[in-house]
Amino acid sequence: MNGTGRPGPPLWLLAELTYRCPLHCVFCYNPVDFATREDEMSTDDWLRVLREARAQGSVQCGFSGGEPMLREDLEVLVAEAHRLGYYTNLLTSGVGLTETRIAALKDAGLDHIQLSFQDSTREVNDFLSHTRTFELKEKVAAMIKAHGYPMVMNVVIHRLNIDHVDRIIGMADTVGAEYLELANSQYYSWAEVNREHLLPTRAQIARAEAVTARWRERLDGRMRIFFVVPDYHENRPKRCMNGWGNVFLTITPDGTALPCHTARMLPGLAFPNVRDMSVHDIWYESEGFNRYRGTGWMKEPCASCDEREKDLGGCRCQAYMLTQDPAAADPVCAKSPHHQRVADAVARAESGAANEQPLIFRGPAESRRLAGQDYAPGRSSPPVPAAENPPKVTDRS
Amino acid sequence: MSTAANADTCPVIGRGFRLQWEAAQDCHVLLYPEGMVKLNQSAGEILKRCDGTRDVAGIVADLERTFAASGLEKDVLAFLDMARGQKWVQW
Repeated sequence: MNGTGRPGPPLWLLAELTYRCPLHCVFCYNPVDFATREDEMSTDDWLRVLREARAQGSVQCGFSGGEPMLREDLEVLVAEAHRLGYYTNLLTSGVGLTETRIAALKDAGLDHIQLSFQDSTREVNDFLSHTRTFELKEKVAAMIKAHGYPMVMNVVIHRLNIDHVDRIIGMADTVGAEYLELANSQYYSWAEVNREHLLPTRAQIARAEAVTARWRERLDGRMRIFFVVPDYHENRPKRCMNGWGNVFLTITPDGTALPCHTARMLPGLAFPNVRDMSVHDIWYESEGFNRYRGTGWMKEPCASCDEREKDLGGCRCQAYMLTQDPAAADPVCAKSPHHQRVADAVARAESGAANEQPLIFRGPAESRRLAGQDYAPGRSSPPVPAAENPPKVTDRS
Repeated sequence: MSTAANADTCPVIGRGFRLQWEAAQDCHVLLYPEGMVKLNQSAGEILKRCDGTRDVAGIVADLERTFAASGLEKDVLAFLDMARGQKWVQW
């Protein structure tokens, strides 16, 4: 889509069924204020969304969250998605994926399971230690294989676990994953709150890439590894979501339709809700989906840049978080007048400067606290008075 | 494992992949975990015949009959070897 033609179909439908989650990941991309949005759509609402999006050409359907296993109607939704002709993907932490439910999902026609390994432990350094969660995930991985699903293992990579990449790849190979995503954290939502803790050094990234390259040779195609580089360390922005309103349609738990997981943070844009508007009108007619499509909305330096069709100006959320202007160039780009803000964050990571602020674990209490303080994305750290530093882990109910 | 395709090979769509016609895109697509390959017409016509019951000789004969063509075997074999490298097909 070049700003003049009709956009293609919303090929990817991401159904974020719930923001509820038993885990407390410090890099979660769910909105920081998720606990103030507890409304969830009914089964019938979701069934209608599945039908409408399929009629518009959606073909990949991801069931995500939060933790989608917390929805008791997941099997019903998967069965309908399968009947409609979607390729159905379940994106799960594995918590709640019992033998009974994994078999029921297979019967419903689920095509694939993406199992994520996260830091859910009290000490992030325990990431690969044999905690209860780790053992549970290994068990779930074995179940996924036993039921004949292809398995993608997803591990969000950051400063605190990037030096474990060798063991992570070994673990993925041992459990028989067909694909492994080593996804360097992108700095949105909870990861943005915790950015100073999570941003790796260049040396760490270089070592992890070298380890990954050695494994690729050894694996001889048995498992495909995707290594997503952290965009802060690049000098050109990513082609975010492969273009705004180009292939990707996210539906949040309350039915809000977004061009990406985090776009709701952007000011001055009313995103439509599937309870009020058809998927067709959302995709082709709504202001929210048309605002940053193509290149027509661009300012300088993007508007006259000869790479504008390639990266489409990068990420609107990142532009807003780092410049407070959602139509600015993504500051990851060295041509952005605000690139220094990214360079400064990387430089702080290189220097290993001490963090006075503790890691903030995702949880309802933290979410309400941050929402109540009117947390504004883009601050170098969230407003946590030093005297009120919360315990490292709160609200693990 | 590394045997190249020949006339007796019986290819079948790879595990975890699904081939289907997508009217919205006016083409065959191959779907796999979180991804999609849009196929051009020749690739779609070859792959839809990879049902595990036909060997390459049968697939080529059917294609040549359907499209009133001849001498397709070399192209079909080259495509299948490439496709197996991508895990789109197996045998």
